[in-house]
Amino acid sequence: MTAGKLLRWRKNLGDRIQRGDIIADVETDKADIEIEVFTSGVIERFLVQPGEKVPVGTVLAIIQEEGRPSVAGAPPISAVRPRMPTPAIPSVPAPAISGLRAPSEVISSRLRISPAAKKLAADVGIDPASITGTGPEGRVTLEDVQRAQAQGAQRAAGVVLDRAARMRQVIAAAMARSKREIPHYYLSTTIDMSRALTWLTQENLKRPVEDRLVYGALLLKAVALALRETPELNSIWMDGKAIQCPDVHVGVAISLRGGGLVAPALKHTDHLSIDELMKNFRDLIQRARAGSLRSSELSDPTVTVTSLGEQGVEVVFGIIYPPQVALVGFGKVVERPWSSDGKIVSRPVITATLSADHRVSDGHRGGIFLSALDRMLREPEKL
Amino acid sequence: MTKDEIRGIVLHVLGQVAPEADLSKLKPNLRIRDQLDIDSMDLLNIIIALHKELHVEIPEADYSKLATLDDCIAYLGTALGSG
Repeated sequence: MTAGKLLRWRKNLGDRIQRGDIIADVETDKADIEIEVFTSGVIERFLVQPGEKVPVGTVLAIIQEEGRPSVAGAPPISAVRPRMPTPAIPSVPAPAISGLRAPSEVISSRLRISPAAKKLAADVGIDPASITGTGPEGRVTLEDVQRAQAQGAQRAAGVVLDRAARMRQVIAAAMARSKREIPHYYLSTTIDMSRALTWLTQENLKRPVEDRLVYGALLLKAVALALRETPELNSIWMDGKAIQCPDVHVGVAISLRGGGLVAPALKHTDHLSIDELMKNFRDLIQRARAGSLRSSELSDPTVTVTSLGEQGVEVVFGIIYPPQVALVGFGKVVERPWSSDGKIVSRPVITATLSADHRVSDGHRGGIFLSALDRMLREPEKL
Repeated sequence: MTKDEIRGIVLHVLGQVAPEADLSKLKPNLRIRDQLDIDSMDLLNIIIALHKELHVEIPEADYSKLATLDDCIAYLGTALGSG
């Protein structure tokens, strides 16, 4: 991802905001994302207007930080930059603030609009600043808004295809980079899921419908806990070396019906209870499908999990998503003959695979990870 | 509640869970899962949404009885006592 288009500001100039607030929506090649702020204070200036496309790293707004009074000439400010996923191709450096349009120009041009046109634009959700006015002195008239509305409807049909094509390009660039730069090694193991599935069925019998679990939640928690034992796999490769990540944010690969996929982070996966994990997992999938992921969710994953079992796949041979250094794949649960206590029995089993970066870890460590994963899934009540 | 009303609610729920899907092409006698590319999480979200809309408790063991749109209408009709 190299650029994003600001769709709308959710806050106004002068609004007091808290760390974690969503202040804007940005359209990117991968998805529409919500921009969070990482500081608290008052919005002093907007540097980018809705409709503008800017490179990753561009300062979007200036926030006057709380509890730090402004000093003439050197105000204590905090810049809002969207945290974007590491670009698949090098991003363009952020332009200097002085190179952007002065906000005052935008505000003055916005004011030339008739009241009726302003009301219709608000009702149909069109930014008046994006409409070319044909009235006196470029004033935006009611007819201008109606024309923009009709043109918007025509364009909307093409947008979905356009998005899918751009997402394909992003995936292509990331995967090509991965195969070009990362010396993958692959390991697999078959895990007996009988205890996990029996535990799940019994749990779900006790639970109201909205609290029921899916086995995917157990897989994600088990991966997160196993990563604690092999932190080399929970790293990113940056500037020629591996950097271990202090937190485990498992990226969940979610395929989109329009084509393509996203892998947003289920944050602090190892610290979530199974109920919290399930709730966040459900929420993440719904928001991924609705196109409302947060910027940090796309930039934070430290490892990706992809489960293709529901498509009938038995074994996944995954490609690592750079700058991550590992990817865990799960196939479908199948009944197989299994040796237990000297007897051959039928057991539901799943094949777990690890694709890992050989610059960062060796097969021995990868084996320890899969062994830990197996142990976690045999003790579902501890997840 | 009539069958048409139940159908309307089921389609509304499917639209919420699978907003990218084209429901106009949904065939009532074929598996919803195959037609809309529904996975187990989507299925759970459908069950939860149906529970919210209709107050019908659907046990996990009955999920297979909701395979097609026609199946859903029949199952929910019976559960609501109007089938």
